[in-house]
Amino acid sequence: MIEVENLTKKFGEFTAVDNISFSVEKGEIFAFLGPNGAGKTTTIKILTTLLRPTSGRVSLNGKDPLREKYEARCSFGIVFQDPSLDDELTAFENMEFHGIIYKVPKIIRRERIEQLLKFVELWDRKNDLVKTFSGGMKRRLEVARGLIHHPKILFLDEPTLGLDPQTRNHIWNYIKDLNREEMMTVFFTTHYMEEAERVAQKIAIIDKGKIIAQGTPEELKNITKTVSLEDAFLTLTGRSIRDQDASSVDRLRMRRRAWR
Amino acid sequence: MKEIYILWLRQIKRYLRSKSRIIASLGQPLLFLVALGFGFGPIYQKAGGGNYLEFLAPGIISMSILFTAVFSGIEIIWDRQFGFLKETLVAPISRLNIMIGRTLGGATVAFLQGVVVFLISILIGFRPANLTLFPLALLFMFLIALFFTALGTAIASVLEDMQGFQLIMNFLVMPLFFLSGALFPLQGLPKTFRLIASVDPLSYGVDGLRGTLVNGAHFGLGTDFLVLSAITIVVLAIGSYLFSKIQI
Repeated sequence: MIEVENLTKKFGEFTAVDNISFSVEKGEIFAFLGPNGAGKTTTIKILTTLLRPTSGRVSLNGKDPLREKYEARCSFGIVFQDPSLDDELTAFENMEFHGIIYKVPKIIRRERIEQLLKFVELWDRKNDLVKTFSGGMKRRLEVARGLIHHPKILFLDEPTLGLDPQTRNHIWNYIKDLNREEMMTVFFTTHYMEEAERVAQKIAIIDKGKIIAQGTPEELKNITKTVSLEDAFLTLTGRSIRDQDASSVDRLRMRRRAWR
Repeated sequence: MKEIYILWLRQIKRYLRSKSRIIASLGQPLLFLVALGFGFGPIYQKAGGGNYLEFLAPGIISMSILFTAVFSGIEIIWDRQFGFLKETLVAPISRLNIMIGRTLGGATVAFLQGVVVFLISILIGFRPANLTLFPLALLFMFLIALFFTALGTAIASVLEDMQGFQLIMNFLVMPLFFLSGALFPLQGLPKTFRLIASVDPLSYGVDGLRGTLVNGAHFGLGTDFLVLSAITIVVLAIGSYLFSKIQI
């Protein structure tokens, strides 16, 4: 369903993704793990047509996201790592916007929006502006939005970041059901190792732009002779803490406030 | 079509919800109308120009459309920084439709702003000479709005963040406004100045609006209309191309 061959992405001198290859089967739940700044989000951006790779070949559902952008876009849905809601719209309007641009017919759209908003317990707040929501509520809305159009491939970039264990479980159960019932392929990244161990059928670990191990959770534990995925992960990637460049977004947020 | 509509609707809703932005953006045209209109009125009259407020109002209406339109186009930078742009860019809709939806939305907002400033100018004493041409005046207002929103979008497609915004205001938007003949007649100006004014797109907008509201177009209404329409199409095309090249 997803094929990646010798994919490389350079930003100037810096190589964010360094000659990686992997494949994900149809109906598989695939976890893409790595420390901060390892290249996970860059890979997802290339797969989802937001970035052009420097070299390498990618295919999604048999389509090339570089040349057959439209066809590729028809086959996936994505929940981004960082916020992508419109704060000035209500929860319902954000959902409706998504449903319409993904061409979900009105009857199904309204039905799913209601079902999903009830599922993430935001139905009571559906007519409130998103800017009044807490971080956790926004995250839940974002995940719910990504599920409206039931894509063939679902990308989740740290979907459960900042959510409590109850909500995380709840959301994963929903995604697993979709995966079973509709053979939806799921590609996700996370920093919660127990989550990856419990949900993923296959795992790839990326560090400094290179894939350093892949296999089932069991296989990874066997290679590293550890008992948990967390230990396996730490053995493979080392214990040093990674720096991540501060983005200019925070500075900009301040400035936008001053503008209003 | 549905997706163009929803993109359009989003812009309208955002505009109507930002009350502070609406009020703030009406303050400036009001100040210009009152201070310049009444301040220069007597001198203008003595010089034989007639009623200055009548001359000025179409210019100030054009100004408010220009500012709102460029700002609406530039809003793409906010969307980029705050993530919403990604949501639209990964969706299976053509870049051209995104561009059209956004531009129509921004243009509608700028157009409404122009109508409000028109009403304000009526309140403080502006009297259009020619109401039969009023529909044409509305058309010119919409064309100005459309052109500058498309221009804003095209510029925003190549800017990474708001750092460049001041630069655009000071070196593009302000000169466009001051050199357009919005504040003074172009007749009898030095040749160089008239040449500059004749390559300023806003000159044609102001002129068309003035021609339809109070008579006395400098370039002629037909020229105004043709020039504005032609450059709008060109900028829309360039904008769509630049927009389709956005990477995040």
